[in-house]
Amino acid sequence: MLTSIKDECAIVGIGMTEISKNSGRSELQLAAECVSAAIKDAGLKPHDIDGLTGFTLDHVDEIEVARTVGIPELKMMSRMPHGGGAPMSLVQQAVMAVSTGMCKAVVGYRAMNGRSGARYSEGVADGPETTDAISWGWYMPYGLLTPACWVAMHTQRYMHEYGATDEALAEIAVAQRDFASRNPNALFYGRPITMDDYYNAPYIVEPLKLYDCCIETDGGAAFVITSAERAKDLPHTPAMVRSAAQGAAFDQEVMTSFYRDCITTLPEYDLVAKQCYEQSGLGPDDLDAAIIYDAFTPIVLFQLESFGFCKHGEGHEWVKGGTLGPDGRLPTNTHGGLLSEGYIHGINGLAEGVRLIRGTSVNQPKKNIENVLVTSGASMPTSAIIIGK
Amino acid sequence: MMNPEEKKAFEKQIHAYIGKEFGPALVGQDDVNQAMVRQWCEVMGDANPAYTDTEWAATSSRGGTIAPPSMLHIWVMQGYPMAFIKPDDPPVDRQRELHQIFDKYGYKGVVATNCTTEFFTEAKPGDSIQSHSTFDTISDEKATGIGTGYFIETVTNFTNQDGEKLGRMVFRVLKFIPTAQPAAAEESSGGAMSKDPTRLAPALGHDNKWWWDAVNNDDKVLIQRCKSCETLRHPPRPMCHKCQSLEWDSIESTMDGTVNSFCVICYPEIPGYSYPLVGAVIELAEGTRLVSNVVDVDPDDMVIGMKVKGTVEQVDEVTKLPQFRPVKS
Repeated sequence: MLTSIKDECAIVGIGMTEISKNSGRSELQLAAECVSAAIKDAGLKPHDIDGLTGFTLDHVDEIEVARTVGIPELKMMSRMPHGGGAPMSLVQQAVMAVSTGMCKAVVGYRAMNGRSGARYSEGVADGPETTDAISWGWYMPYGLLTPACWVAMHTQRYMHEYGATDEALAEIAVAQRDFASRNPNALFYGRPITMDDYYNAPYIVEPLKLYDCCIETDGGAAFVITSAERAKDLPHTPAMVRSAAQGAAFDQEVMTSFYRDCITTLPEYDLVAKQCYEQSGLGPDDLDAAIIYDAFTPIVLFQLESFGFCKHGEGHEWVKGGTLGPDGRLPTNTHGGLLSEGYIHGINGLAEGVRLIRGTSVNQPKKNIENVLVTSGASMPTSAIIIGK
Repeated sequence: MMNPEEKKAFEKQIHAYIGKEFGPALVGQDDVNQAMVRQWCEVMGDANPAYTDTEWAATSSRGGTIAPPSMLHIWVMQGYPMAFIKPDDPPVDRQRELHQIFDKYGYKGVVATNCTTEFFTEAKPGDSIQSHSTFDTISDEKATGIGTGYFIETVTNFTNQDGEKLGRMVFRVLKFIPTAQPAAAEESSGGAMSKDPTRLAPALGHDNKWWWDAVNNDDKVLIQRCKSCETLRHPPRPMCHKCQSLEWDSIESTMDGTVNSFCVICYPEIPGYSYPLVGAVIELAEGTRLVSNVVDVDPDDMVIGMKVKGTVEQVDEVTKLPQFRPVKS
């Protein structure tokens, strides 16, 4: 029996559409375009793919993607839950399928008209009587309707307990817009912001200001995973999957886990980090760059702490002084992140992680990049991977 | 729903009105006069001296005051008694008669959609205004956002005592079967009152309805308690996570609380809520937490650790919620 997934599989293809405020086409078409591009990038054909994994939140069924792209047979279909917490669990699904021999090559995808279609900033709305809907009922009547509200609650407490200020948040917001300003595929391409821009922007939900919040965009992103063995014959430097983990922890809710004794750490992230390090045999010192899920700036801090780059409560100090910049200890979100490249639910971040391994990022750090951490949404059931050369 | 035969007969009946007059010409109850003009100008905030300043107007090219052109249809309005006409009262004219036919077939909604007026000659104090209305067009059945119905376009010509043409108004209404806006149906002649938006209601199911029932019916905030090990839990769920018992009851919270964390919601502004809005995680004295609002507080005065006291309150026309206020120390 397989005892470790480390380096059994590799990400061999990535594909993305442009990112925009109005794609002008269906989410199915976006999905088909990015999936097809990822397969082509991998040097494969649609008939080489036999598994598809996606988001429960995606509006596009995998069977429609398969017939549209021309994938004749699917031996594995999976949909992963909890929105932003899902993306790296797609990798886990694909790795489990390929490393056990269930599938030869699996594609993961996410396609969304997140700006011109249904927008997350519009808040949660009525729906069928699911446990999810019941859960939102504890927040909606009070006006806590958007992700910014829920994250703000954790952030306020974090600032209170650890003496953090918005200086740390500004550092992240400005650093990532700087990366995005050089990324032609980013919505913030050519538009860096200054510290003054950050501080002068209005509050969305105090303590979160405008530039603490990600953008909403249309677009699609996909990746291809196959075995390490097969990856050797394919055109690009494979991004070896060193670990792929998922986690939910005690008293878990989706973005509203306010009932735990401590609401300034993310135990589900501690769980994911522990697995990632156990599977890969690596530690924080081995990670050269990171793609940290950044729907909002403060959740970057929470994740850095869970992954042991610094202690809990110290992230706000650790990031200061350019730690996450191009020449810093941990270049982070070199594409600009969800904050400023675009919001394709973290799969665009995965593509950038693969580029960092290939050495093809527009903001490729000067130092050698051996291992990259890529994470998913924070303050919800989540997932992460470590990829490497 | 009408079958095709009935629909044909109905449409024949309504289309027969095209080209017909409402009835005899309407004659204004008052001649054009300075008092009504002044009142109208006050309400509309129109300070043009040509309407109200007799001295100034005497020196103008008109040689005296004139009535504001857009008052034209005011002079022939039937006045306050119109408000008391009931839907099934005998029709006062063919317009009411036609609307009653629509009402009978379920097209009870009415909404004015367009009004265009052309002005030819000015009315001046002492003039007696008459209006003469006809049905100009009635459309085929149309599906609209507020319901399916027919557009009725009428033309009204205004003249003075000498038969001089003062103006012409084209007025279009939609008579429709209301779908999304039942309020519009109740008022068969315009002016449906719009209800204020209210807060989003929670979805109710087996596991939480009892909690919201206590809020809505008894003004109480309850905390679920395991009957077996007495562990309190919130939000409610069907099984005790400590001992897996399915048996539970509840205790009533004292609503004494401490702010564990909070946020000040500024954007986006959702209808039904007022902003900035303070959301807070409240640590109740009983040990469980409740997410709610802190009200009657300046957001700048909010601090973690603040003592608060809660009550169940009517926060809008239809919503009752626990709300917390700072405890004065």
